[in-house]
Amino acid sequence: MSSIKEGEVLLSVENISLAFGAVQAISNVTFDIRKGEVRAIIGPNGAGKTSMLNVINGFYHPQEGTITFAGKTRSRMLPHEAAAQGISRTFQNVALFKGMSTLDNIMTGRVLKQKASLIEQAFYFGRGRSEEIEHREFVENIIDFLQIQAIRNQPVGRLPYGLQKRVEFGRALAAEPELLLLDEPMAGMNLEEKEDMSRYIMEVREQFGTTVALIEHDMGVVMDLSDRVVVLDYGCQLADGTPDEVSASQQVIDAYLGVSHD
Amino acid sequence: MIFFLETVISGLMAGVMYALVAIGFVLIFKASGVFNYAQGVMALFAALTLVGVMEKFGVSAWIAIPVTMGVMIIVAYLVDYFILRHLVNEPPIILFMATIGLAYVLEGVGDIMWGSDVKVLDIGLPSGASDYLLDNYNLYIEKLEIVAAVVAAVLVVVLAFFFQKTRVGRALRAVADDHQAALSIGISLRGIWRIVWSVSGFVALVAGIMWGSKSGVQFSLSLIALKALPVLILGGFTSIPGAIVGGLIIGVGEKVAEIYAGPYIGSAIENWFAYILALAFLLVRPQGLFGEKIIERV
Amino acid sequence: MFYFESGQFKKSYREDQAILPIRQDRIGIAVIIAVAFGGVPFILNDYLLNAVFIPALIYALAALGLNILVGYCGQISLGTGAFLAVGAYASYKLMTSFPELNFILVILLSGGVTACVGMVFGLPSLRIKGFYLAVATLAAQFFIIWLFNKVGWFYNDNATGQISAPPRDVFGFQITGPAAHPVATYLFVLTFVTFFALVAKNLVRSRVGRTWMAIRDMDIAAELIGIRPLQTKLTAFGVSSFYIGMAGAMIFTIWLGAVEAGEAFNIDQSFLVLFMVIIGGLGSILGSFLGAFFMILMPIALKQTMVDGLGMTAVSAKHMEFVILGVLILVFLIMEPHGLARLWRLGKEKLRRWPFPY
Repeated sequence: MSSIKEGEVLLSVENISLAFGAVQAISNVTFDIRKGEVRAIIGPNGAGKTSMLNVINGFYHPQEGTITFAGKTRSRMLPHEAAAQGISRTFQNVALFKGMSTLDNIMTGRVLKQKASLIEQAFYFGRGRSEEIEHREFVENIIDFLQIQAIRNQPVGRLPYGLQKRVEFGRALAAEPELLLLDEPMAGMNLEEKEDMSRYIMEVREQFGTTVALIEHDMGVVMDLSDRVVVLDYGCQLADGTPDEVSASQQVIDAYLGVSHD
Repeated sequence: MIFFLETVISGLMAGVMYALVAIGFVLIFKASGVFNYAQGVMALFAALTLVGVMEKFGVSAWIAIPVTMGVMIIVAYLVDYFILRHLVNEPPIILFMATIGLAYVLEGVGDIMWGSDVKVLDIGLPSGASDYLLDNYNLYIEKLEIVAAVVAAVLVVVLAFFFQKTRVGRALRAVADDHQAALSIGISLRGIWRIVWSVSGFVALVAGIMWGSKSGVQFSLSLIALKALPVLILGGFTSIPGAIVGGLIIGVGEKVAEIYAGPYIGSAIENWFAYILALAFLLVRPQGLFGEKIIERV
Repeated sequence: MFYFESGQFKKSYREDQAILPIRQDRIGIAVIIAVAFGGVPFILNDYLLNAVFIPALIYALAALGLNILVGYCGQISLGTGAFLAVGAYASYKLMTSFPELNFILVILLSGGVTACVGMVFGLPSLRIKGFYLAVATLAAQFFIIWLFNKVGWFYNDNATGQISAPPRDVFGFQITGPAAHPVATYLFVLTFVTFFALVAKNLVRSRVGRTWMAIRDMDIAAELIGIRPLQTKLTAFGVSSFYIGMAGAMIFTIWLGAVEAGEAFNIDQSFLVLFMVIIGGLGSILGSFLGAFFMILMPIALKQTMVDGLGMTAVSAKHMEFVILGVLILVFLIMEPHGLARLWRLGKEKLRRWPFPY
């Protein structure tokens, strides 16, 4: 775990620019995320929000700009390095391992914490056995927390969409992340499910001190949950501040919430 | 020097033959994303049927060829009805393995219907060396191979015309680009597949005739399918010109390697040269010379 | 009513994670093992042992290996024939160069050699997937077989190019060579294969198995979780080739006795083992066994029905076999892509409710 304290900057991205061939996905975006806060990233479709998360994850490499996480600055990071440093995420189109059960999916979230050698696993002794049991316990706690006990052995491909998103959330939690990146965690959910998910996010922040960055379209959720918001549009940064500040900004209203023609 | 030229030209001719088979692959892959392992067997089956019809019913090639084409269209419809229809949303590896199953079925059926001994395919194509070239340039090149090159060129032109100018061709290109989008404007996916597999059957027939005339109709024809993979790697899975270029490169490369490197390393380099070349390509430029680059999205 | 699980509660995670958590399964397996070890060798005649059970078990080992690569890790391989050959030739060189070497060690070391070769040819898998990877494995298939045919060192420069297995014994019983007794051979193979089936089962349900399946299902997401794709794929290639190499060594030393690389380990073998995996069930340990037995039994059963029963000639029977095989592949892929193993599991599900199907 890093030595960053509550309230200090955990992650900051500076002057990030990302292009795919001729398409400029992100232009010169700078913002930071403080430890323990819930940071929302909002904007119209195509604004570059998911691309931004992908940059933080190390999946896309920006042509310009730097990322500073837990005090270390770099211009490019490999995905498994990001994971090893404590960045976890969920995806817009649920990226679960469809061939495995709920339990196994969440267990894969523990993969970086398991150190048993191949031989130990092959003969199920020593760390091969003890780690399986120990991490199984941890994962079961997450399953209890998310109230998905009933589906723990079901192949996730068969689960309804809302439950799949919950399992994916569990998998991200299993890694005990410092920074949790959530890409539209409420998409496709009904009111009850959204309330549940909001509750989980808040509890995760309170109980474990996890920092959360989330992309979300539901303005109600954004206003209620987040401490600060950054607004993107066509890859550019429009606003950065508390929910109240941002929703009052004329630029944001024009771009996002629509301009009225009177 | 003459010998080198002959080697290269012989390789080019072999390459044309490979290209003929590879074009059939490209068609099906473009339209349905399926890598049709059975393409080589389809060529064999077409040639077998052609010879069988000519022998059993004593008709000339002019009649037998359209009849065989009819059979290939029936095969295309059967493949769509029994196989493709059920496997629409499966991952590519399942579809690939299904075509392996198809290859076995076609091969067995072909053998049962027409027998498995080597057959002579003679539809009146010229044979022997080209006297013109031999006398004037001292080059030994078979007339049949020249015919094959011409046929391949004509085929490419015909296919290009078909894709660019006709309505069906446009629909095929739409399907190749984006299944969902094509569906949403009302193109019948399965209708397209039946057409594509029929056209592929036609290409397989042409390839089967060329190969069969050259070396007789036999089982080894189906192994050409395996050689087509490296051709497609080099040319790109979705490009017809790529299939030609890839075929030519492989054809020449194999022959040259065999003749010039063979004495040092050992003979029969042709067995593996194409694959190692393809492997090298894969590491450097996976989409081939003319294929499309794939960008992964999360 | 015989297959009810009720009343069998697990009191700890350890119990829940046992391979056979249901008591009826444990009894069932115990019975199968008892019959396999104690009954089969003494009831069946030598022919059946040599023609069916021994090759089926050896191929099951190969199918286990290929299933790990294709079924669990999702990497296509058409080079199984070549890797079987590597195992065979490795065992040959080991036995001829070190005649005192224990036979069990020979098999294990042959597997090890094949694992290294497999990992080398698996290196391209980081950059390429699907059909493209199939090409890399095809390159392995054709190149390696060519190598074994051309380079004299591999077959000790003998005149025919063929290699023969020298006689070896284990604990005093002849296992290879002409004096080998089928019962001893069968028990040896059975022990070996059972042991490594257990190892495979352990591997696929631990961390490494999950990383394989994660790469198979969604490799990008797996990477973002921290799973390293190259390491995972190479491990799959390594373990898979280890199994296939051991099987190849056993095919050569125990079943065939003498082989010539081009004939015994050509591309047809690659397809044979692939079919075993598809029909038996991708991603299933049990399936590897079912598929192997099926593919070994089917030609024999077909030939008996068609030639003896229906009076067809051997040649047409062979052609019919092609057709039936192709049809079977298609049927399985369309109707039950999880193969015989899934049918087996469905059967057990039905059994759980019997005799109350509602």
